[in-house]
Amino acid sequence: MTDLTAGPPSVDQIRADYAEMTRRKRVYGGILLIVFVALMAAGFRTADDRNAGSFIDGWHRILDYPAEVLSEAWEKIGAMPENLVKFFPALVETLNIAAASTLIGTIVGTFLALMSTRGMALWPALIPLFRRISDIFRAIPEIVIALVLIFILGGGPVPAMIAIAIHTAGALGKLFSEVNENASLKPVEGLQSVGANWSQRMYLGVIPQVGPNYVSYALLRFEINIRASAILGFVGAGGLGYELRNAMSWGQGRYDEAAAIFILLFVTIVVVDQISGYLRDRLAHGSEKGASA
Amino acid sequence: MSTFATNLTVDELKAEADRLFNRKRLVNFGLPTLVLAYLVYVFFAFDVPGLAARANWDNGKTLVSDSYSYKTHIERDNRSGEVTAAIEGERKGAYPAGQAPDWVTLGETTVIDLEDGHVVRFGPETVEYDIPGYGTVRATPTRAAGVQAELPIGDVPDWISESKNRLTVTTDAGRLTVTRNRSEVFRYFTGWELFWFTLDSPYYGKSFPELAGLAMNGEAGAILNDFWTNKMWRHQDVAWAIFETILMAFLGTLGAAMVALPLAFLATRNFNPMKSVRFATRRVFDFVRGVDALIWTVVLARAFGPGPLTGALAILVTDTGTFGKIFSEALENVDNKQIEGVQSTGANAPQRYRFGVIPQVTPVLLSQLLYFLESNTRSATVIGAITGGGIGLLLTQAIITQKDWEEVAYYIVLIILMVMLMDWFSGWLRRRLIQGETDNKRKKRASKEKRQPVG
Repeated sequence: MTDLTAGPPSVDQIRADYAEMTRRKRVYGGILLIVFVALMAAGFRTADDRNAGSFIDGWHRILDYPAEVLSEAWEKIGAMPENLVKFFPALVETLNIAAASTLIGTIVGTFLALMSTRGMALWPALIPLFRRISDIFRAIPEIVIALVLIFILGGGPVPAMIAIAIHTAGALGKLFSEVNENASLKPVEGLQSVGANWSQRMYLGVIPQVGPNYVSYALLRFEINIRASAILGFVGAGGLGYELRNAMSWGQGRYDEAAAIFILLFVTIVVVDQISGYLRDRLAHGSEKGASA
Repeated sequence: MSTFATNLTVDELKAEADRLFNRKRLVNFGLPTLVLAYLVYVFFAFDVPGLAARANWDNGKTLVSDSYSYKTHIERDNRSGEVTAAIEGERKGAYPAGQAPDWVTLGETTVIDLEDGHVVRFGPETVEYDIPGYGTVRATPTRAAGVQAELPIGDVPDWISESKNRLTVTTDAGRLTVTRNRSEVFRYFTGWELFWFTLDSPYYGKSFPELAGLAMNGEAGAILNDFWTNKMWRHQDVAWAIFETILMAFLGTLGAAMVALPLAFLATRNFNPMKSVRFATRRVFDFVRGVDALIWTVVLARAFGPGPLTGALAILVTDTGTFGKIFSEALENVDNKQIEGVQSTGANAPQRYRFGVIPQVTPVLLSQLLYFLESNTRSATVIGAITGGGIGLLLTQAIITQKDWEEVAYYIVLIILMVMLMDWFSGWLRRRLIQGETDNKRKKRASKEKRQPVG
């Protein structure tokens, strides 16, 4: 401000100011970088100290275990097709857990999202409550609910399904409500003026606008949930993860089965990623075309 | 589009509209039917009807009641006659010998007041339990003849279980178990006992103003130390575990970003003209992403043993694939004009990247990084449960004991708070660092809204 009243500054002064600013920026950047590197190094050392084996001792052994598994699987390559068939039902179970929990999570998440969007909520006073519910659902890691439910319900796919569905509902609830905020409220008002009730307003006025985005997010969640369902299997909730843990904990002699499970899981994840990526791409571009028409 | 053609007759238009309606009808009714059919299939595939039979509701009841209440055990060794009191029956929660809570009177005959008229007396020979509205239950444990119980006349109610060697009485006020070797009373209380201080601490049972007064008198260090080293709740270990979990997420996410950024250049069409290298890099990204954190965790745990380093590396490897994909997509979308502008001033290759490319992709990179930092805090909890590190390990350990449900509840609350905190923190940082981006978005949205009435 003072510069303005004092008339135009000289070129030298501008240059000096600019050099000063650049220098300051560089110093700040340098300090940030040093702090960042120090944090990373200190964090790494702490993690290394608290680990059972250190990085230095272990890094050359990373490939030992895969090599062991692969060599054993290679020796028994003849049994591979049989193993793949044997674990196919477990794969179906893993997929079912992921699909069912995504479906249930999408339904609950849609409800949560509608309930926590201004202009669409059935009870506007309860919007903060439904927001907090989806925050909490989102914050709970699946494994927490799964472990507690396994204690009550016993092992099997249902605890995993419930656990993943709860987390999915929370995560989708947030994403969906962001989508809802961009939706036009005019169709809703129009429907209200002709006497539509809440569910009719939502089904006919909101869902057609947000549908493609919802489906796209739900597909992305499905990809994530396949991985989650495999991990939960590892703690006793059925599916491929459970078989994998069994095959591994038997130690020697069952690595051919472990390799078969690796292959099934890997191929499934890659295939589902590709298909869902393709579908999401089409949905995104489809909706753009619809908007421009 | 064909409906807008002008050479269609009215009949053709009507047929078209009918087809459209039919299709809509099919979608509107067919889709929910399909979803319902699939859910019914899953219902039977997962054997939900059989699950109701297999489920152990008693476990559920114990879990829920134990998560917000605790019980104090008063136990008499029937051989030595010695009476001990311990919270949750654990040695860490035991009262010093000769001491007991104030509702227990120690002596020749130990009197335990369970309130509401329920009184248990551990006599030298006989255990008596006065139950209001029922009468007095007497039991005499002997080495030779087991437990001889005398009940009031009438049918034995179902809350008393009696056998030759054991008598168990469960009432709302508490629970009495008499066997040959020992007599035991449980009394239930609401709350998390010994959360602040254990019984051996001089600060146990003091109110907050008293503690504040003591802290002012220079005992703050001792008070904090007693709290920090609480043997029952292990606040120190829990704090370390949470730190470890966040550390795993931090190291994994940032490490992955550092590895993925240079590799992402190799996977882009505009920065890497060699098709074979591009293809190979992309397949590497797909591979590490597809193998999944679970398998990386298993493989790395074999090399490094359990611990936070293994978890951090598992996150690092998996996310390198994800980041590589996202970053390379962002890099393919950069504007070439800025790079050309930098080049026109005589910049060499590193300078072109530093000033022409990096500033363009930084917002995308940072927002993804922060988003993953939050989501990886959750992953780190899960991975910790498998590899044995951080709060995930404490949680699984507490669940495996099947009795420390108050600790499980505590850890769950901490995990939820931790994740919500990271969520809030990453959101705050994102808004601070990428202010320009959100402004642009808002402007774009505003202009779109302006455009809408026209189109």
